[in-house]
Amino acid sequence: MAVKVLNPGLATTVQDLGRPGYFHLGIPIGGAMDRLAMRAANLLVGNDEGAAGLEAVFVGPTLEFMQDAIIAVTGAEMPLKVDGEEKPTWTAIKVKSGQVLSFDYLKSGARICLAISGGIDVPQALGSRSTYPIGALGGFEGRAIAKDDVLPIGAAKTINEGQSVPVELRRTPGSPAELRVLPGLYWHRITQDAGNNFFKDEWKVAAEADRMGYRFCGGRPLDFVDRQAPFGAGSDPSNVVDCCYPYGSIQVPGGTEPIILHRDAVSGGGYFMLGTVISADMDLIGQLQPHTPTRFICVSMDEALAARSDRSAILNSIRTSLE
Amino acid sequence: MQNRYSFGGDEHLFVECNEEMSLEAFFKSLSMTNVIRDSQIKGITEICPANASFQIKFDPDVIHPDDILHEVKKIEAVAEKSDPKIKTRIVEIPVYYQDPWTHETLMRFRERHQNPDATDLEYAAEVNGFTSVDAFIKAHSGSPWFVSMVGFVSGLPFMYQMVERARQIQVPKYLRPRTDTPKLTVGYGGCFSCIYSVRGAGGYQMFGITPMPIFDPEQNTSYLKEFMVFFKPGDIVKFKPITRQEYDQCVEDVEQGKFWPKTCDVNFDLHEFQQNIDSYNEKLEGMINGG
Repeated sequence: MAVKVLNPGLATTVQDLGRPGYFHLGIPIGGAMDRLAMRAANLLVGNDEGAAGLEAVFVGPTLEFMQDAIIAVTGAEMPLKVDGEEKPTWTAIKVKSGQVLSFDYLKSGARICLAISGGIDVPQALGSRSTYPIGALGGFEGRAIAKDDVLPIGAAKTINEGQSVPVELRRTPGSPAELRVLPGLYWHRITQDAGNNFFKDEWKVAAEADRMGYRFCGGRPLDFVDRQAPFGAGSDPSNVVDCCYPYGSIQVPGGTEPIILHRDAVSGGGYFMLGTVISADMDLIGQLQPHTPTRFICVSMDEALAARSDRSAILNSIRTSLE
Repeated sequence: MQNRYSFGGDEHLFVECNEEMSLEAFFKSLSMTNVIRDSQIKGITEICPANASFQIKFDPDVIHPDDILHEVKKIEAVAEKSDPKIKTRIVEIPVYYQDPWTHETLMRFRERHQNPDATDLEYAAEVNGFTSVDAFIKAHSGSPWFVSMVGFVSGLPFMYQMVERARQIQVPKYLRPRTDTPKLTVGYGGCFSCIYSVRGAGGYQMFGITPMPIFDPEQNTSYLKEFMVFFKPGDIVKFKPITRQEYDQCVEDVEQGKFWPKTCDVNFDLHEFQQNIDSYNEKLEGMINGG
């Protein structure tokens, strides 16, 4: 029971919902960058929401199925084909043994999640099948998949093809994309004007944007409040004594280009952070392409929690629609 | 010194014990995170101690951010009254200083360095007022170090020198980070030494290399079979300079599963340490040498 990789795509990795509990040792949670998309894909094919699927960025893989399976592709809009015939995204599709799944060019978003009924059955590492390539941990041999890899597939439940996630429950980044931010952490290090400008300016996703972090450019540099550097912090005004970095935290080394840490984040370092993208918008970051215009929206904790509830309600609607 | 509390979005509570680094701030962070771990506050999913701060990840569907803040503040009051003592271990880490691999790497990145005409060790010795590289290595390997944080990437220890502040080594990081650092490089940035657990980018000055793996996701290494990460916050480290011959022997022993790091249990008392640092460190060194 397996799937053979004919072409791996650009950086396609096995991901589930991640491995919480080891960030204090520098091992990040990992898992799909668009978690809702991975959950939805798994629900469509009858898997547990936390089963392992593939996450592909910008370019999809080409896979030969060595068994019958139900599959679903969610997240970015990237047309999929089974033996050359186009099939819909966000929908349970039947693939027969010997058939080939391939993808067309990306239309919108950045990352697809591909779920296969039964899930990708690589061994768990620290409680998860997610790939953490920097630590050569988890996934398929601790790395992105490569040509001729044979991915083991678990035992599937019986499931029908054809079910689909209603269009209104799918999320796509707008233009400009809007990311809601709760200011905090070392916000006091920048001047009031710099703080205002950060939220006023339009930024753009820079070329360095991956599972570890997303860099942004195009806004005005940030001015810092004068200080005498604390012992151990380093001389640059953007330095702090090395501390933990929250997922979604926004650091701005040298005050120039903000970097939002994502699922494969480094767990700490010596750059100040001005705030954190709220949990409701983390999935959205994973769907941003380089050059996407982006605005940061200042929100309160109450607004962050309300947004989180809204996202939970959407997930529940997806669950209900697929029951 | 009161903690500074701030939320990192709706899922993290960030707590800064002090904005400057000190053993007192590290101890407060470590003792508070230990109490929080034992307190079993519902909704906490990660507890991450750092050098002079810590971070808690929580599930706001289980516990409201205001409630977790309240609980953690209560623990601060308890932590301030507790004795700064910890049960830990001291570990001897062999280091081949001035090795050919970090030397080859540092030569490739000279244009990113403050002093392109000197090696990282020559530069570090000079900015800290040492007359020779040998004298600098003697200082780096002469005192013990506290592992004050594990992280950045897989199992990388940040280590803080256990001497009075006037004697602490401080070295700026590279002007621009390198894109490469050999695996198991012993590095230095700001007031922290570190060991790179995996090969990759890095901005710390490179002093040498240890033959002893500290992260092994395959868990083949004899002393990493139970857990893939070697260091824990609170570990005490003593570096031991070794020669090329000893390095090669150690690498071979690791491969054959015959190498076991020299360790010894320690009850560390911060007050006792502060009363006479040199004699306390001598005692620690005696423990590791005595077996």
